[in-house]
Amino acid sequence: MKKLLKFKLKIWRQENSEKIGKFKTYLVNNISPDSSFLEMLDLLNDKIIRNKKETPISFDHDCREGICGMCSLYINGRAHGPENLVTTCQLHMRSFSNDNIIYVEPWRAKSFPIIKDLIVDRTSFDRIIMSGGYISVNTFGKTIDGNIIPIAKNIAEKSFDAATCIGCGACVASCKNRSAMLFVSAKIAQLSFLPQGKIERRKRVINMVNKMDEEGFGTCTNTKVCEVECPKGISTKYISIMNNEYVNAFIF
Amino acid sequence: MNINTLNLNSKVPKGPIMDKWRNHKSTLKLVSPNNRNNIEIIVIGTGLSGGSASATLSELGYKIKAFFYQDSPRRAHSVAAQGGINAAKNYKGDNDSVYQLFKDTIKGGDYRSREENVYRLSEISSNIIDQCVAQGVPFARDYSGYLETRSFGGTKVSRTFYAKGQTGQQLLLACYSAMSRQIVKGRIQIFNRHEMLDLVVLDGFARGIIARNLITGEIEKHSAHAVVIASGGYGNVFFLSTNAMGSNASAIWKVHKKGGLFANPCFTQIHPTCIPIHGNYQSKLTLMSESLRNDGRIWVPKKLEDATLIRNSKKNPEDIEEKDRDYFLERRYPSFGNLVPRDVASRAAKERCDKGFGIENNETKEGVFLDFSNSINKYGIEKYKEFGKYDPTIIEIQKLGKKVIESKYGNLFHMYERITDNNPYNTPMKIYPAVHYTMGGLWVDYNLMSSIPGCFVIGEANFSDHGANRLGASALMQGLADGNFILPYTIADYISKYFIGKKEKYNDILQSKEFFYTEKIVKDTLKKIIHNNGKTPVDFFHKELGKIMWEYVGMSRNNNGLLKSIKYIREIRNEFWKDVYVPKSIGNGLNTELEKAIRVADYLEIGELMAMDALNRKESCGSHFREEYKTIDGEALRDDDNYKYVSTWKYIDNKSIKDEILYKEDLIYTFAKVQSRTYK
Repeated sequence: MKKLLKFKLKIWRQENSEKIGKFKTYLVNNISPDSSFLEMLDLLNDKIIRNKKETPISFDHDCREGICGMCSLYINGRAHGPENLVTTCQLHMRSFSNDNIIYVEPWRAKSFPIIKDLIVDRTSFDRIIMSGGYISVNTFGKTIDGNIIPIAKNIAEKSFDAATCIGCGACVASCKNRSAMLFVSAKIAQLSFLPQGKIERRKRVINMVNKMDEEGFGTCTNTKVCEVECPKGISTKYISIMNNEYVNAFIF
Repeated sequence: MNINTLNLNSKVPKGPIMDKWRNHKSTLKLVSPNNRNNIEIIVIGTGLSGGSASATLSELGYKIKAFFYQDSPRRAHSVAAQGGINAAKNYKGDNDSVYQLFKDTIKGGDYRSREENVYRLSEISSNIIDQCVAQGVPFARDYSGYLETRSFGGTKVSRTFYAKGQTGQQLLLACYSAMSRQIVKGRIQIFNRHEMLDLVVLDGFARGIIARNLITGEIEKHSAHAVVIASGGYGNVFFLSTNAMGSNASAIWKVHKKGGLFANPCFTQIHPTCIPIHGNYQSKLTLMSESLRNDGRIWVPKKLEDATLIRNSKKNPEDIEEKDRDYFLERRYPSFGNLVPRDVASRAAKERCDKGFGIENNETKEGVFLDFSNSINKYGIEKYKEFGKYDPTIIEIQKLGKKVIESKYGNLFHMYERITDNNPYNTPMKIYPAVHYTMGGLWVDYNLMSSIPGCFVIGEANFSDHGANRLGASALMQGLADGNFILPYTIADYISKYFIGKKEKYNDILQSKEFFYTEKIVKDTLKKIIHNNGKTPVDFFHKELGKIMWEYVGMSRNNNGLLKSIKYIREIRNEFWKDVYVPKSIGNGLNTELEKAIRVADYLEIGELMAMDALNRKESCGSHFREEYKTIDGEALRDDDNYKYVSTWKYIDNKSIKDEILYKEDLIYTFAKVQSRTYK
């Protein structure tokens, strides 16, 4: 049996978007180093609920496999916590030392308003996709055979690498400008690499970039912190690709 | 428990099986484009089936209201499917065909699925791939630019299309983009962070739902001309499963309680390659894609003392010599080896662990190895030759081989290392079966309509296509087939029959007394939970239920165990209603405890029905293994004479679950030859 750990947690509590929030301190103990960060919060909530003195801590989570992009959390000043290439649900308590003080906050960005405690509203991301993050093909069949347009292996892989973005918002939360460029550029790059996506590329990049600005996201100043904090390792080179596409959309 | 016979009308069209769907389509009525704009359809769930249905129906011109509990459709649990999607394209020239896919699926399901539905699914499968390619899904390609495939369990051909280990994610994102395109046009109205709490049935037709806004806590009434349930399966009854935490059975369960028949509830698939349980604090099990079995060999030590040494960390798996390893799948099933179907692989792993050969270092002592060292060597040597080099060192081979493995399964290996703190490139993975998919669900006819007119059910939420066991990479296929290519035709037929050219009986059906009545019942239930003067959190009951389900209604079942489980489930349910505690002060706003309590209340009922169904089915088939019915060498023993039917359960108003009535839909195979199922 591995040695069980204890921690002091400073967690951001905020009843709703209007009320002012504050940090509250909680102590947890008997935490297995193999349990995930969210499982530790489950245990804390169990304690809070049994005490009946306050409401449990609200946080977003769903698949707990690092794929759905639902979990968020700013942990000790870093999106998804201290490890690289990891979502919060895949962050394990072995990454912390016994008796650590851990600060837990929601994503902080104007475009991600707080709903409650650690939950924020990320629907601005959906609105950006709605503005053009798709290929305009109807879905009821009658398309050509999938093999009629060959796509070179490395192109398909490049497109795939861009497509691995899970839309969690860590890039925005960690950027000092609250820029959504990593998220937006990944989608633009994925589609513009593929022959199917080339037809609409000009309209797409203009609409998506405009929508991003309209939603109040900041601009990129190349600090590359988004790339460091992205749980899926999305590269900032896509931002250059997006900028390129944007300029070309006006020139050609 | 009463057993009645009732002629369930599955509405399967006549004629030869190859022509059924085409002929049927030509008889379906149409809705003209100018009428479609006046038709509203509610879709519950935005995974692959619900998302594709929403996108396609809205493209056709219908007005869609899409409800889902996540913040965005992109997060539906289809996102987590890793391995791939099947299609009978025969790109690899290994003699694949619609017939082969049909045969594998129906055999894989142990002849407990509806033949005509399975054939239609196989027919449509090719369209799906073309569609997804057009939508920009970055499927894996070979060097010449053509689509790449791989193999999955239960088949002898390579028909699974994939995008690394993220096929579900890429397909769902395509589906979500198709939806997004319609949302911005105003054709789909989305209700995110909403949960359906009841179905409203008016004059015998499904005409709307009662939903709860999870942020404000408000109870809302929504009307429509038809309701489509695409809410996924009910595997979370077991608490520990590979399902997303929020995935729940409430929508299908409420339809069932409103008169929708529930089919084959006991068919729960246990997936063989999950990361084993490691502690009692655990909330979730994580799947490792079945595609890993293409390159991984499954084994346990041959000697009991080696297993003990490994469990106690006194010996490493790498130190066990080849001759002391028991590759039990290859030994027992030489022609399919590691690629036997999921139910067979799961049971074989359990058999070894029950005999004491399990290798996980914890109180369960469960787990088997999934070992990539052979493949790493093989690929390493191949790569080396490709580079035109000779006499490689072992280190060089390993390095190149690991690269090939990484390109195929990199993200899965990364995920495994995260969770277990072990590097699977250097040491074998540890895996064990876990609850994954439910083949049972709401009963539907050939048109995908439940026994309540106007309530359609698609994807994992219905029962029809997978029988007693689902083959890998078929769930994504069914979701998209139902939503993109089947439902849009059949729902039009229903709508044109009942609504086009006929005046609505009610001007505003939202004002009808059924809506107010159903709303009141929902509100009363919520009040009952919130004002319950208990002291125990919801999760406690969910975990208790899960333990009972896994123990007695899990990988193998027997008469006494099932009887016990029914007794225990009732006890837990009584205790739940007496002692559950949900914080009251926030009954009007976001209250995750209340959400969970509503779901667990439903699990506590569906669990009992699952056990009742398992008790009724006195045979072993697919995922349903009754210990009393097996061959001498421990394989499942089916009883076609007595159990070749779909068991469908009807809830009797205001009575308890034990009073549900069982109806049977006989399964008649005219095309498939019913054989005993062997993978030797």
